[in-house]
Amino acid sequence: MWDHEIRAMASTNAIIVASMFMATVIPAVLVPDFSVYGTHLLWLYSVSGTVTAVSVAVFWLLGITPPTKKHTLGYKLSRLFRSCLYFFLSCLFFHTVVVLYGAPLIESALETFSLAVLLTSLTTLRCLCVLGPNVQAWIRVFSRHGAMSVWDTCLQITVACTVVGAWVGAFPIPLDWDRPWQVWPVSCSLGAMIGFLTGLVAAPAWIHYHRKQLTYKCK
Amino acid sequence: MKALRVLFLLLWMCAVYFVGIYLFMSGFLLVRLEVNRTSTCRDVLQPGQEPVDFCRVQPRFRRAVLLIIDALKIDFARFDPNNTAPRPHENKLPVLQETVSSQPSHSRLYPFRADPPTTTMQRIKGFTTGSLPTFVDVGNNFASSAILEDNLIHQFGQEKRVVFMGDDTWENLFPKKFYRSLPFPSFNVKDLHTVDNGILQHLYTTVGDDWDVLVAHFLGVDHCGHRFGPDHPAMADKLTQMDGVISVIGHLQNDTLLVVMGDHGMTDTGDHGGESQKETDAAVFLYSPAPLFPGPPSQNEPDVVPQTDLVPTLALLLGVPIPYSSVGQVLLPLFPPHGQTEGAVGGLSQMEALWINAKQVNRFLETYSSMAKDIPPESLSQLKDEFSRLSSDYLMTLREGRPPSPELAASLQAYLTSVRDTCQATWARFNPLKMAAGLAILALACLMCFILSELSCVLIRENGPRLKAPVVAALTVGVCVAVGQLLTQAYIELAWCLAAAAFSSELLFLWRACQSRKSAAAKNGTKAPKYANWLTPRHLLGPSLLVPLLRCASLLSDSYVIAEGRVVTFLVFSLALYIPIHLNWDSLLLPPSHDPLKSAGLLPSPALSPLTVRKESSTLLACLGLLIGSLYLSLFFHGCREEQGSCQPSPFLSPLSRVQDSQLKNLNYILAVVSLGLWTYMVRCCLRHYGNLNSSGGTVFTARWILPLLSVCLCLHWAVSATSEDSFRNLAELISLAQLALPRAAFCLLGLGLFLIWLDPVTVFVKARTGASARALSLPPPRYRASTGISPQAELHHLIPQIYQRMRLSLDDGELSGGHEEDSRPAVEAYGLGTVYSAPLLLFCGLLGIGLQLLHPEGMALSFLLLLLEMGALLHIHASSITLHNLHGTFSGFNVPWTPVVLWSLAATQFFHATGHLPTFPSIQWGAAFVGFPGGHTGTVLPASLVTLNTFGAHILFAGCPLLLFWPLVCEVRGSRGGKAFGEEGEDAVMEMRLRESPQQFSSSLLQLSTRYLFIHGAQVFASVCAAAILRRHLMVWKVFAPLMFESSGFLVSSVFLMIGVTLVLRVDVAVGHWFKRLIPDASR
Ligand SMILES: [Zn+2]
Ligand SMILES: [Zn+2]
Repeated sequence: MWDHEIRAMASTNAIIVASMFMATVIPAVLVPDFSVYGTHLLWLYSVSGTVTAVSVAVFWLLGITPPTKKHTLGYKLSRLFRSCLYFFLSCLFFHTVVVLYGAPLIESALETFSLAVLLTSLTTLRCLCVLGPNVQAWIRVFSRHGAMSVWDTCLQITVACTVVGAWVGAFPIPLDWDRPWQVWPVSCSLGAMIGFLTGLVAAPAWIHYHRKQLTYKCK
Repeated sequence: MKALRVLFLLLWMCAVYFVGIYLFMSGFLLVRLEVNRTSTCRDVLQPGQEPVDFCRVQPRFRRAVLLIIDALKIDFARFDPNNTAPRPHENKLPVLQETVSSQPSHSRLYPFRADPPTTTMQRIKGFTTGSLPTFVDVGNNFASSAILEDNLIHQFGQEKRVVFMGDDTWENLFPKKFYRSLPFPSFNVKDLHTVDNGILQHLYTTVGDDWDVLVAHFLGVDHCGHRFGPDHPAMADKLTQMDGVISVIGHLQNDTLLVVMGDHGMTDTGDHGGESQKETDAAVFLYSPAPLFPGPPSQNEPDVVPQTDLVPTLALLLGVPIPYSSVGQVLLPLFPPHGQTEGAVGGLSQMEALWINAKQVNRFLETYSSMAKDIPPESLSQLKDEFSRLSSDYLMTLREGRPPSPELAASLQAYLTSVRDTCQATWARFNPLKMAAGLAILALACLMCFILSELSCVLIRENGPRLKAPVVAALTVGVCVAVGQLLTQAYIELAWCLAAAAFSSELLFLWRACQSRKSAAAKNGTKAPKYANWLTPRHLLGPSLLVPLLRCASLLSDSYVIAEGRVVTFLVFSLALYIPIHLNWDSLLLPPSHDPLKSAGLLPSPALSPLTVRKESSTLLACLGLLIGSLYLSLFFHGCREEQGSCQPSPFLSPLSRVQDSQLKNLNYILAVVSLGLWTYMVRCCLRHYGNLNSSGGTVFTARWILPLLSVCLCLHWAVSATSEDSFRNLAELISLAQLALPRAAFCLLGLGLFLIWLDPVTVFVKARTGASARALSLPPPRYRASTGISPQAELHHLIPQIYQRMRLSLDDGELSGGHEEDSRPAVEAYGLGTVYSAPLLLFCGLLGIGLQLLHPEGMALSFLLLLLEMGALLHIHASSITLHNLHGTFSGFNVPWTPVVLWSLAATQFFHATGHLPTFPSIQWGAAFVGFPGGHTGTVLPASLVTLNTFGAHILFAGCPLLLFWPLVCEVRGSRGGKAFGEEGEDAVMEMRLRESPQQFSSSLLQLSTRYLFIHGAQVFASVCAAAILRRHLMVWKVFAPLMFESSGFLVSSVFLMIGVTLVLRVDVAVGHWFKRLIPDASR
């Protein structure tokens, strides 16, 4: 049962990694002058759109999302609406945090917001997929004994890696090297992306390695 | 408590740090040997045929006028006729350009490049001696001492009458060298006119009088820059005035040379001192009524004239010897080419001048290399070979009687340039041995500080001569080294004695610390893991220590040094966000959900009420919001370095007297007054809230009267200093009196307040109650219970009546012995006992803060308010997280964890920037030296200390870090009140009295807190020292050098004020002890 779940998670992660790779390669073929630095926002939205679509699809198909209590259409719709609302609120939240961290307030608001969208689609969206629109559960997951399944542990690892990656991505900005990837927000989004990928790869490995220590309460 | 032990340990720790810093500095600060020889006319320069060189021919000019316009930037001197809308500093000196274009063979205008540091005294030294500056002289601007090296003024003075007027720095640099002199005070930068008008009064009467060399140094432009910046109408007026001055051109005679020059430039804010091109590029304008140049400007004119080049040029033009240690190069265009010397003008030809110049430089090089061994031998021999080749070439051409080729002139010039370059490279000379020793001592000191903080309990607990041995060892080794030096070298080098002493004591301490750890582990096995786990990577690489590590690493890169203010804010913000995340990770932030599915065994929380936890968490989050808000707002108060191209300095940084729009001025003033009022109100409010304003001691008097009076004083002072001089002409005298009296009154009040706090720090109000009511309240156990009573200010606060445990016990004893007196025994209520330690400290900080605001520009009051808010937020966050830990039963003792200490000490650096300071020399706010002393100073101690207080204001306020120890106890009421709901009915909030209950823990926690604070600052010093050592040959050594100076001075100030804070706490402790002694017999009577 254990190995089965870990395998499922590893393949899910592999699918997401592959889709992110495709999201970079396909526009490069289709769109003229496409480059990660030059047309950064295009790349950014292509990746976050793909990650959103693929994660939603995969998690839906696997049925990870906690089952809804009622099966009425109205309830499902309101759930969908709440998810969208949370998604948007989380974008605003990340935007605020990034501005507080020192991003320009007005000058490149679009770039900052795009970074916020990327961060949301890498972190909050996963929370939405795994836990549903339930902030209490989100807060609960990020505590030492809060994980209740393999998926929760994976969520912890990927979110932490993404956030730390974005944070570390801000380090090269003040350096006077004049490289194209030092332009705001390229290094941060690259950092977040690399962190996310690392998290996706590391999570199954870490869980596999620690599977003896991990004990979960049943859901 | 073991007060003295704590104090001595801290003192010793600081002393070791200071020795390390001193040692490193003495190896790092560059030193150049001064050659104490002077050139004379009779000197024989080898090789050559003529016996005398310097005074061989009739000089070209008999007289010279040197007009030095301080900070005359090259941009000011240029004139652009196409510029239709010139800014205040542009196109204001048309006379220069007009002369250059109308009389091209009489005049030239060149950019005049100064060698950094671009401070006035260094520059005067540079363009009179012709030598290059070293670091040692930086900052000597306060106390200029006489120049001992050979210099132009000395050479002129041998046979000419030198008349001087202007900046009195000259009088100090060249005492008794002038035939006549009219010095004017230079230090008061607010004064734009005294010096200039003084010169102008005498200049025109002097011209044509008895003089040969006239030196006039105008300061108005520089002071105008410092006060208003270059883009101010006052600058336009000043430059127009200078334009008029330069028009003395018309009065000159044919045998006179006019030199108009700036000693340095200025940045866009009007400051100088650094090495940016805006600061180094001044202007030099040369003119003579007789033709000076062979023709109009040609191709081979120099683009930029180095400042040292003026020295040999002027010397040879006026027929005096070139100063001995000059490394300058003659300005060739001022000398006629070979073959034209036969004209009426006389003087040396280009080739002859170069030849004399080269021989003089060669002579200096030989003398210098025989005295000091710091020039690398290979480059020295290379230069020597080059010179002998050139001299044989030159002598050959002379012998053959053919005109010297232009190539020879070019190679002579190249030789002179390479000598200059070699000197420049060499005099950036370091003593690597001392630097290494300083680094080692500092590294060990940091390690020791860390160990001390981790082992503080053991150190305090164990009886034994823990500190005596290292001190004795230090003394012995130091004396031994001194004696050894005496025996072998016959002189003592203090630095090495200190180094040996510090090193030995450090090693001994480390060894003993290791021993004691082992013994402590052996003695009680249960405690072993507690002390054993402090060096594991997991412990070291946690975010709370990772953040200071990043901060230290950032000092190694000049990009991060430039962005230091933002880097620190970023790190503080990151660490602040980490606190709630970490609490949540430990499941402490939220009350445990009563989910039946969750196991109850995971969280042992008997006394846990969800309500309390929720309240505590929301306090924490609210304070976090406040912290983040003030962090973000503090970014708006930053100054700008010149390297940050598009940066705009904060508008609050300029003093109100600079603001021209009167409406804006009023608004700024109101803002400043409101924030000052809020500051005062908040400090008072906090004291009143905890019942510390009820008694009638000195501290309470200070809080009640001196604190508000001080702020009123400050408001009035701001109002007076903001009024422009023109608006109230008839009140001018009153205003100048007020400018003198108000700040001085504020200083006196501040001193009085601090003294009173020191004298009588106890702020406890005792109220005796009659036995009846006491009995009514607490009959069953005949003990003294706290009760809410009516105090003089009862309606304003909740008072915290306290009973001290020991007192309670002793009273109980008394009651046992004399049980029948029960009825008449008075109950005791003590208001403010719970905050008896923190109240004086808080008041101390509040008073000092107002005093520091006095030294800052008015707009900074807002930033200081943010500082206070951030301090409060930090304290509350710390208190809440401790309470949350306590509620979950996971925390014990008073120990302050790393995270709040790191936040606290980084906040000091953050507010160093947010109060408009930068770690660069030109950004030092010299204006602070004139607060209360508008007429300038006579000594140097007072202005230096005022400027230091201004620069390190944030460090001083954040040195009140013992507050971190007290605050969780101060905030205890809230926690325990909730706790009461669960049980322990009889337990009162004891607050800071807990500290008295366990004095040992108190001392160890205090020691731990202070050493942790010192460790973080010390680590920053260590990092900046490392950066300076690694990057010492870096092109931008000034950028690397300046943070080192600022970090070390910041550490110095922090440690001194930390000691003051700790001493104050200990003083309070003693006073409280006395208070109890007085009280107990009273009460049990
Ligand atoms: Zn100057
Ligand atoms: Zn100046």
